[in-house]
Amino acid sequence: MDVSMTVNGRPASGKVEGRTLLVHFLRDDLHLTGTHVGCDTSQCGACVVHMDGRPVKACSVLAVEAEGAEILTIEGMANPDGSLSVIQQAFQDHHGLQCGFCTPGMVMSAAALLKDDPHPDERTIRDYLDGNICRCTGYHNIVKAILAASENASIAAQ
Amino acid sequence: MHDFDFVRPQTVSDAVRALATPDAQALSGGQTLLPAMKVRLAAPAVLVSLMHIPDMVFVRADGDVLRVGGATTHAQVAREAAGAYPALASLAARIGDPAVRSRGTIGGSLANNDPSACYPAGVLASNATIVTDRREIGADDFFQGMFTTALEEGEIVVEVRFPIPDAARYEKFIQPASRFPLTAAFVARHSGGARVAITGASESGVFRWHEAEVALTSDFAVQALDGLAVDADGMIADLHGSSAYRAHLAGVMTRRAVAAIV
Repeated sequence: MDVSMTVNGRPASGKVEGRTLLVHFLRDDLHLTGTHVGCDTSQCGACVVHMDGRPVKACSVLAVEAEGAEILTIEGMANPDGSLSVIQQAFQDHHGLQCGFCTPGMVMSAAALLKDDPHPDERTIRDYLDGNICRCTGYHNIVKAILAASENASIAAQ
Repeated sequence: MHDFDFVRPQTVSDAVRALATPDAQALSGGQTLLPAMKVRLAAPAVLVSLMHIPDMVFVRADGDVLRVGGATTHAQVAREAAGAYPALASLAARIGDPAVRSRGTIGGSLANNDPSACYPAGVLASNATIVTDRREIGADDFFQGMFTTALEEGEIVVEVRFPIPDAARYEKFIQPASRFPLTAAFVARHSGGARVAITGASESGVFRWHEAEVALTSDFAVQALDGLAVDADGMIADLHGSSAYRAHLAGVMTRRAVAAIV
């Protein structure tokens, strides 16, 4: 089946099987390997991307269901000049990553949260990360990074 | 997962037609079906997506009834029902996690009727009506046991109509790994009486706790439930909790819901 969508602002298309998952289309066909497959059972959140502005687990969405959609992946998060976005910079500043495997999903979930709620409290952040698992158990600094990003004045503009 | 043909109709009638093909299966948000297909618990020949039918996506307050389209996501219900029916919005806001709520739909949840799902409790306690492509089904007739509903082959949940209660509350004791309720209670105070629905507890799926309803209808207060308990017989027992524990939780969640309302 033919599928076409917009990924990180650019048109992307390809031929897929009905059963091809969005995460495999992104990784194997578009070579956007920043989106990770952690569990493949929609538990871990390493594959979170935005689909039409909403966070989804790309391992639990068929590529054909993303036909015509706007997809944003971790590769689309940096600023146009290549510098890190506010959230990414906060993760670096606050050591919000250890092995880094969960980080793309964490950053995409954080971005989805701050888009809806630019100034969440710690409890809200922890609740929102319910579906993102860090097996290094580095949650404390991830939450600190997101809190710090939310205090950055420019976050509301992103 | 096994491969399949995929169709995405834009009208209910086209979807019904597509579902009449042999071995066809409706796909909503896919948050249960796709994981089931990955482990080959399900292997339909044709998947019919219900996610692109504009008539099935809406949240609309219509007098004292809240109408929700069958393909409306949990995230949309959480956002848009908050004014008209806050207890239902709160239930939707606590299903799964944010990414699951972006995809999962009310119609998919009801058609699946997982014995631990949140929505069946809200639908049953609200005395909602499930509108399908061919008829209207009352909540009391819709849920027929674990993963079993009144839906026929190929029948689609087009809309759910919730009579808005005077007051309601959903109390969920979460199983943190699955984010389903270990046991949850939805208590609704209607002008005609109280309704109490328990999910996550029974081997027969969601059920009404009639004794509690009678007590709360005559006196809507926590003390009215004194001495009442859910029978542990027929409750789910697994590594997360015994049947006695779940029966106890059903009582605790109901009392908390009542306490929050009064």
